Parts: sequence; structure tokens; C-alpha cells
Amino acid sequence: MSRKLFGLVRSGWKTLSRPSRYYSLGFLSIGGFVCGILFWGGFNTALELTNTEPFCISCHEMRSNVYQELQGTIHFTNRSGVRATCPDCHVPHDWTDKIARKMQASKEVWGWLFGTINTREKFLDHRLEMAMREWRRLKANDSLECRNCHAFEYMDFTRQSPRAERAHIRGLQQAGLTCIDCHKGIAHDLPPMEGIEGWDLSPRGQATSMR
Amino acid sequence: MSKPIRLAVVAALAVALIPSIGPAQLGHDTLRNAPVTEEPPAPRLPTVENRDLRRMRAYPMQPPTIPHKIDDYQLDLNANKCMSCHSRVRTADTQAPMISVTHYQDRDGNFLAELSPRRYFCTQCHVPQTEVKPLVGNEFIDVDQLIRRQRSGSR
Repeated sequence: MSRKLFGLVRSGWKTLSRPSRYYSLGFLSIGGFVCGILFWGGFNTALELTNTEPFCISCHEMRSNVYQELQGTIHFTNRSGVRATCPDCHVPHDWTDKIARKMQASKEVWGWLFGTINTREKFLDHRLEMAMREWRRLKANDSLECRNCHAFEYMDFTRQSPRAERAHIRGLQQAGLTCIDCHKGIAHDLPPMEGIEGWDLSPRGQATSMR
Repeated sequence: MSKPIRLAVVAALAVALIPSIGPAQLGHDTLRNAPVTEEPPAPRLPTVENRDLRRMRAYPMQPPTIPHKIDDYQLDLNANKCMSCHSRVRTADTQAPMISVTHYQDRDGNFLAELSPRRYFCTQCHVPQTEVKPLVGNEFIDVDQLIRRQRSGSR
């Protein structure tokens, strides 16, 4: 078995390392170049296709849960008409980070195949886990996807409401917090927030002492 | 007149009178400012007050109004956005006023460690304010004024 495999690799290497017998150098180099462009262009086009909102909401898991919740928020409808689509917040914009995220997303294809969140109930059961994953990611990259639009350097605190100004000076400037530390659940509904830093306990845990 | 006939007369009168005593016919100024048959344009949505300046309470037990926007603040069984600033443990970080101690009491007056479930839904009592002219007049007199008036009268 191993000898057979070795032979296969050997013959393959021989083919690659020997000069071409029938094809001209021009055909091989220019053809390779053209094929390379075609492959790369196709790859990138496919990649960008998966990086659009219509692609995200082509699955009902996204369309009937998170997309519905997004629609009432300021990231969907607002006075200036600038809006964020799914990949603006959920996919890094830099190429290497994007590819890394896309590889992680293959797990989500698995989840889609096996219907991990294909009902509302299953989705709600998994919501905390999925939300925490996103919070962890944004905490780790210092809320990079927020900052693609909301750049701290250009943020004029004096034009914010007094409350926002105080909170941003204290949290962002002094305490070194990042956007997601305070701005959880701005685009989607929150899961049960018991035990999450910065959130008070919900009455769920107090049901026994309900009066 | 027998009872059925009397009933029929009353019913007929009622039916005949109803259209004639509509507010438009009587010249009543309604809140919609238009006859029933017309659809006036909807008024502009008012701006929510967002100055963070507390309003005076109209009477001592009045739940304070909210001096800021609460758009999209989640307030349900899963999460209470208000409490991420106004709860006891968060006030040092946020410098927001703490919810009153009565909110940490159950209905029998026993003190709880956490927000009492019966006080959980903040917007049942506390509401933001909009910058609009009141639709109807108000003759409310502050209790302070009443007392002052009484004292100055008895003197």
C-alpha cells in the first residue's frame, strides 16, 4: 500500500519535473497565467457572492430570525439611509481575516446541513452560545467591524448627547473598553443575559420568590 | 303603550338621533381636528427629549420621567437594558441615578438583593418625554402651591 502510494507520488513528480514534450513554453506559461486569472477571479467572485446580505438571508434561519430583528434597528433604517448589511459586522474586511472567518463559517454550513437551528425553538436554544461567540470575536479584535465605520479618531464627543459623551470618555478613553463591552444587542435581540458582565440579573432566576 | 312598542320607539329615536349629534355637527372641536369623514394628515412624530436634565416631579410619589431616549432598549424576560446603568451595582461605573430602594423591596416590605420582579418592567411607570404641546388643558395644582395658598389664606 505504502509502496504503491510512493510510486504514485514519484511518477507525479517525474511528470512535473521533466520538460514538456508536446506543449510549447509559451502555451504553458501564458495558458497558466490565463487559467490563474480565471481561477482567482472566479474564487474571489464566489467569495464576494457569499459576502452579501441576499446570500445570508437565502437561508430561513437567518431570514426569519436575525434579519427580522435587524430591521427595526438604527443599523437598518435611519435618518441618513446609510445601513449596515450582515457582512459589514460579521465578516472582517481584510483579506486574511476574511478567509479565516470563512473557514470558520464552514462549521455553519455543517449546522445548516444538519438543521442545528432550523426551528425558532432550536434557534433560541442556541442564541446565547452564538451571541457569546460573536461577543468574544469582537472583544478579541477590539470591535474591528464596528470601527470600520465608527472610527474613534473621527468621533466628535462634543456632538454627542451628554450621556453618550460621558459614557464614551469614561469607557472608551479612560477604562479602555471596546464597543461591544457596552453595545451588546444593538442589531439583534439579546439572549438571556444572566451572568453576563454589565447586565443585571433577570427575573427568571427569581421566579420562585415572585411576589 | 305596551313594552315592545315603547322599546321600538326608543330604538327608532336613537337611530334617528345618532347622526345628528356627531361632534362635527355640534361644532365640537375634537382631537383629530377634522370631521369624521375626513382623514387629516398624520402629525409629525415628536422628538424625544434627550437632554439628560431631570424634570421636577409633579407630586412627591410620581415616578420620575426618563430624560433621555430609550429607542431600541431591550426590556423583556431576557434582558433589561435600563438596569445595565441604573442598578445598584452599575451606578459607580455609569454615574446614572440608582433606582429607588423601594424597587429592592417585595410587596411585604422585605428587602431583596436584586430588583424586585414586580418592578422589573421600568416603562410601566417611567416614560421618556416628547417635545409637544399638550393636546388638552390641565388644571393640576401642585400640592406645594395648595399648601402655600392655604397658609397664606389662614394668616
